[in-house]
Amino acid sequence: MRRHLARVAGHATLLIAAAVSLAPLTLVVLNAFKPHAAIVQDPLSLPTALALNNFRAAWAGGDFSIGLINSVLLTGTTVLVTVGFAAPAAFPLARRRIAYWKLISIYFLCSVTVPIQLFLFPLYFVYARLGLVGNVFATACIIAAINLPLSILLLRTYVVAIPIELDDSALMDGASPWQIFRYVIAPLMRPGMVTVAVVVALNAWNEFLITSTFQQGSSGFTMTLGYRAMTSVMGADRGIMMAGACIIVVPVVVFFLLLQRLFLEGMTAGAVKG
Amino acid sequence: MSLAGTQSSWRYAPFVLPALLLSAAVVLVPAVLTLLIAFTDWDGVSAPSWNGLDNFRDLLSDFTFWRSLFNNVKWSVIFLTLPMALSLAVASLLRTRRRSYAVYQVIFLLPYVLSPIANASIWSNMIFDQISGVVGFMRAHGLPLRDPLGHVGSALYAVAAADMWHFWGYLTVVYFAAMRQVPADQLEAAYLEGAGPWQIFRHVTLPNIAPTVALMLVLVTIFSFLTFDYVYLMTGGGPARATELLSTLAYGLAFRTFEVGKAAAVALCMSLFGLIAACAYVWTSRESLRA
Repeated sequence: MRRHLARVAGHATLLIAAAVSLAPLTLVVLNAFKPHAAIVQDPLSLPTALALNNFRAAWAGGDFSIGLINSVLLTGTTVLVTVGFAAPAAFPLARRRIAYWKLISIYFLCSVTVPIQLFLFPLYFVYARLGLVGNVFATACIIAAINLPLSILLLRTYVVAIPIELDDSALMDGASPWQIFRYVIAPLMRPGMVTVAVVVALNAWNEFLITSTFQQGSSGFTMTLGYRAMTSVMGADRGIMMAGACIIVVPVVVFFLLLQRLFLEGMTAGAVKG
Repeated sequence: MSLAGTQSSWRYAPFVLPALLLSAAVVLVPAVLTLLIAFTDWDGVSAPSWNGLDNFRDLLSDFTFWRSLFNNVKWSVIFLTLPMALSLAVASLLRTRRRSYAVYQVIFLLPYVLSPIANASIWSNMIFDQISGVVGFMRAHGLPLRDPLGHVGSALYAVAAADMWHFWGYLTVVYFAAMRQVPADQLEAAYLEGAGPWQIFRHVTLPNIAPTVALMLVLVTIFSFLTFDYVYLMTGGGPARATELLSTLAYGLAFRTFEVGKAAAVALCMSLFGLIAACAYVWTSRESLRA
């Protein structure tokens, strides 16, 4: 009897936790289809019609056509730079084949924990002088540098899992370090690179502090910045705001649901010890 | 002994160089500059002038600085307790769900993958707002509630609630992944010995996942001192600086009042607290450095 009660309580706890996680998102979807007046009257009511005018207003108001292009460029560049730089670096660090590998590893470990504010201010004023503020590619390099250490640490574990005998036999056949990486290591660590790419893409898409500081001026806005700028213009209309929230949230949710295995792997890989 | 593993070599330097150069250009060099700027008076445009320890002296006598620091400590305490306990409990419950755990995992992680801008807007507009939010709905039905973001006593907790809603699923998923690696025979043995769920958790599960819990405690402490997004987006540090954190204080000093020297000094203080936690982080990752 007590066991049974405990089971029911456990079930209930999980259901409540799931409801709490989903409730705010449900409110977004419900209210995205309602006019402002109906929201004020009752934010919990169901929409009476599947009206799309909120979405049309939000798309125009948030400048999402420009935002989409900037977000894609920013995310794509960040992923390319991060994976392109992290994968080769992970190889000699994992194999301990480079002088000072320990020092370099400690440097990257430390830079995981560095506050962005520690380097943000000089970097901003240097970028401003070089005319790089508002340049998506220059901003992507900053986000890539921030994602670099964790990506290297994660990819390192994938290299460690590759038997070192494979390197050795390639070496005996006269392969250069680059050839070992290119033909032996890289193909075998490809799953790791995909996982890192997915997690970094998410980070870049959602990034706020760097993006809002360096992508100033509406022509440089990403989708999320466009949504934020919308607040000052049409923030008073909650229906349009929630439609805007839908527009920036739904692609991420779809992406997450499709690639959930990779997300889970990438997010827990570095965290589970033992 | 591996042939290739015996000698470390400069031939491998080109593999690491691009990553090191990018990190140096974006993080290391500007961080050193911040260290220097902290001892200057600089508005970001004209030439900086040395002013010794003035910035630090100003901060130590500034009530806002101490308030921000105290808010950071409060934030750490909140995040080290509530989400920790909740996620450990929920992760243990997930272990009893043979099939549905996968669905729960995805649901719990959903807020974590959404952008802070969207999450902050959802919580400000649809939950806390006293006209269009759930709070407003309860007000209309006679409950004496106010927008918790607008009041000095509740604002920090309200922002923390939104941030925890977004963050706790991550902890749950990490703990659950760690718990799945607990050897099944140990759990079975404890069960056959007649141990209850709490005893199994306390004496079998917890010792097994202790390294993961330790790492999460360290990471949560670090990130409590770095946290920025939700506070900046939901209250901007207000009302009356009630939610000001070191990160938002530094940001405001640099970009609102252009006291970049002082902002750098605040950033250094943040880093100092971060550094203590960072040492613990490097220490928990030490096995990856063992020769």
